[in-house]
Amino acid sequence: MSMKNNWQHRWRKVKSSMVSGLCLTCAVVVIAPLALLLFSLVKKGASSLDLNFFTQLPKAAGEIGGGMANAMVGSLVLLGLAAAVGVPIGVLGGIYLSEFGGRRLSWAVRFAADILNGTPSIVWGIVIWALVVVPITGFSAYAGGLALGFMMIPIVIRTTEEMLAMVPNGYREAAYALGIPRWRIVLHVVLKTASRGVITGILLAGARVIGETAPLLFTALGNNFWSHNLSEPINAMTLQIFNYANSPFPDQNRQAWAGALVLILFALALNVGVRIMTRGSAPHLVK
Amino acid sequence: MTPQPQLPALKITPSAQSEPPPPAPAQAAGKPATFEVRHLNVWFGAHHVLRNISLQIPSKAVTAIIGPSGCGKSTFLRSLNRMHDLVAGSRVEGRITLFGQDLYGKEVDATLVRRRVGMVFQKSNPFPTMTIAENATVGLRLNGVRQRSLLQERMERSLRMAALWDEVKDRLHANAMSLSGGQQQRLCIARALAIEPEVLLMDEPASALDPLATAKIEELILQLKEHFTIVIVTHNMQQAARISDQTAFFYIGELIEFDATGRLFTNPSKKQTEDYVTGRFG
Repeated sequence: MSMKNNWQHRWRKVKSSMVSGLCLTCAVVVIAPLALLLFSLVKKGASSLDLNFFTQLPKAAGEIGGGMANAMVGSLVLLGLAAAVGVPIGVLGGIYLSEFGGRRLSWAVRFAADILNGTPSIVWGIVIWALVVVPITGFSAYAGGLALGFMMIPIVIRTTEEMLAMVPNGYREAAYALGIPRWRIVLHVVLKTASRGVITGILLAGARVIGETAPLLFTALGNNFWSHNLSEPINAMTLQIFNYANSPFPDQNRQAWAGALVLILFALALNVGVRIMTRGSAPHLVK
Repeated sequence: MTPQPQLPALKITPSAQSEPPPPAPAQAAGKPATFEVRHLNVWFGAHHVLRNISLQIPSKAVTAIIGPSGCGKSTFLRSLNRMHDLVAGSRVEGRITLFGQDLYGKEVDATLVRRRVGMVFQKSNPFPTMTIAENATVGLRLNGVRQRSLLQERMERSLRMAALWDEVKDRLHANAMSLSGGQQQRLCIARALAIEPEVLLMDEPASALDPLATAKIEELILQLKEHFTIVIVTHNMQQAARISDQTAFFYIGELIEFDATGRLFTNPSKKQTEDYVTGRFG
C-alpha cells in the first residue's frame, strides 16, 4: 500500500471535515436561540428592573411606574398549589409504576402519562374552566393551581418511575433479607436512595409550569392588586407579561420585557440548581 | 407466556417424622439440625432449577455449598429464607423446616422468616443514603425499634461481632460508602447480625474481595459459627475446604454428595464429585 496522499484519501478528508462542520453548525443552531433570547431580554428588560418593579403593585393603565410584586407572589402561590396537587399524586403514581404495578394497569398509566405530557396547555385551561371554574370555584387561585398541578402530574410520575427503576435491586433484596415490611422498604430504602432524582423531577416540572400562561387565562385570570383569598382570582407573572405585552402603553411594554427577564432567570436558576444537585447524586445511582 | 408443565403434586406424608431423616454428614448426626430440607424442587417459569433436594443442615456449624455456575447453589440458599417469594414466576415445592417449623407453611409470614434467617450477598450492598451506624441498625429501626439505648447497644455489639468496630468506631456517622469493599461487606454482616438471626446465609460473600479482605471474612465466619448456623455458597473450593465443616456438592440442580468437608475433598464417594474437586470440570 502506498503511503502517499492519493485522491481517495484527500476526498475522504474533505468529507470528514464537511460532516464535522455540519455538526458544529447544528450545535450553534441549538445554542444560538438561548443566547439570542437572553441577550434581547437583558437589553430590553434589564433597564426596567428597579426596586419598584419588585415591590410595587401595577399602576393603572397610562400611568408611569409601578411593578409586578403581586404577580411574582401570585406565581409562587400558584406554583405551591400546583405542587400540592402534582407532587403527591405524581410521586405516589411513580412509586406504584416502579414498585407495585401490574403489567396491564402500568401500561395504561404510562400511556396516559405520556399522552397527557404532550397535551397542549390551553387544553388544560379549558378543561379546568369547564369542569371547575364554571360550576364550582369561579376564577380563582385554586383553579389555576389545579390546572398547573395536573400538568405537573405526568412529568413527576415518569421521572419518579425512572429514578426508582435506577435503584439497584441489590438494595431491595438486602432490605427484604432483613425482614423489613415492603412499604417501609419502598419508603426508606428505594425512595430515599432515589430522592435526589425525584426532587430533580419535581423541580423541572415546577420550572415547566411556572412559565405557563394559557391554562391560567381561563382559571386564575389575573388582577392588579394583592389577592388575600385563594378562592379569588390571582395574578401571575405570565399573565401580567401577556397583558402588558399587548398593551398600547410603552411603559407597560417596557415592564413586560422586565417581567420576561425575571421569569426566564427564575427558570434558569431552577435548571442550574437541578444540575448542581444531580451532579452530587451520581454516586448513589451510578454503580 | 409459556404454559407451565403440569407436574404431579408432591406427596408429603402427613407425619414427616415417619420418613427417614434426610441425609446428613456422619459427624453431624448427634447435633440438632437447623434446617431439614425434604424433596425441595424449585422452578423459575418452566425452568426446573432444583431437583428433589433433601438434606439436613446442622446447627452452629458452617455448611458450604459448592458446584459450578448455574447449578442451583444460590437458588438453594435463597429458598432457605424465602427470597424466591419476590421473583414472579418462581415456584417452590417440598418441605423446609427451621428447628422443626415449616418455613413454607400457609400461616407463615415470609418477613418473619427473614428476620430469623439473615443473608449476606455477593456484592456488598450497604444502603448508600445511610451512615455506618444507621446501616448497622437499619434492620431494627425499620422493624419498629425506637429505643435509643437498645439501638446503640446492638449497633456496637453487631459491629464488634463483624470485626469492624475498631475500624469504624471513630467515624460511625460517616457515609457507609466511604468504607473499603471488605469493610462494606463486614458492615453488611453486622447489619444482618443486628436483628439477631439464628442463621446466616452467605452467597459468595468474598468473591469480590482481595485476598486480605477475604481472609478477614473467613476468620470472621469461623468466629460466628460459635453462635450461628452458617450456610455459605462459594465458587472457591479452597475456601470451602478452609472454613466449612460439611460441604454439599450441587451439579445441574441436583445434590450429588453431602459429607464432612474433609472426606468430600479427599475421599469423595461419587465420581462426579471427584472430577469436580480435582478440577476436571467446572
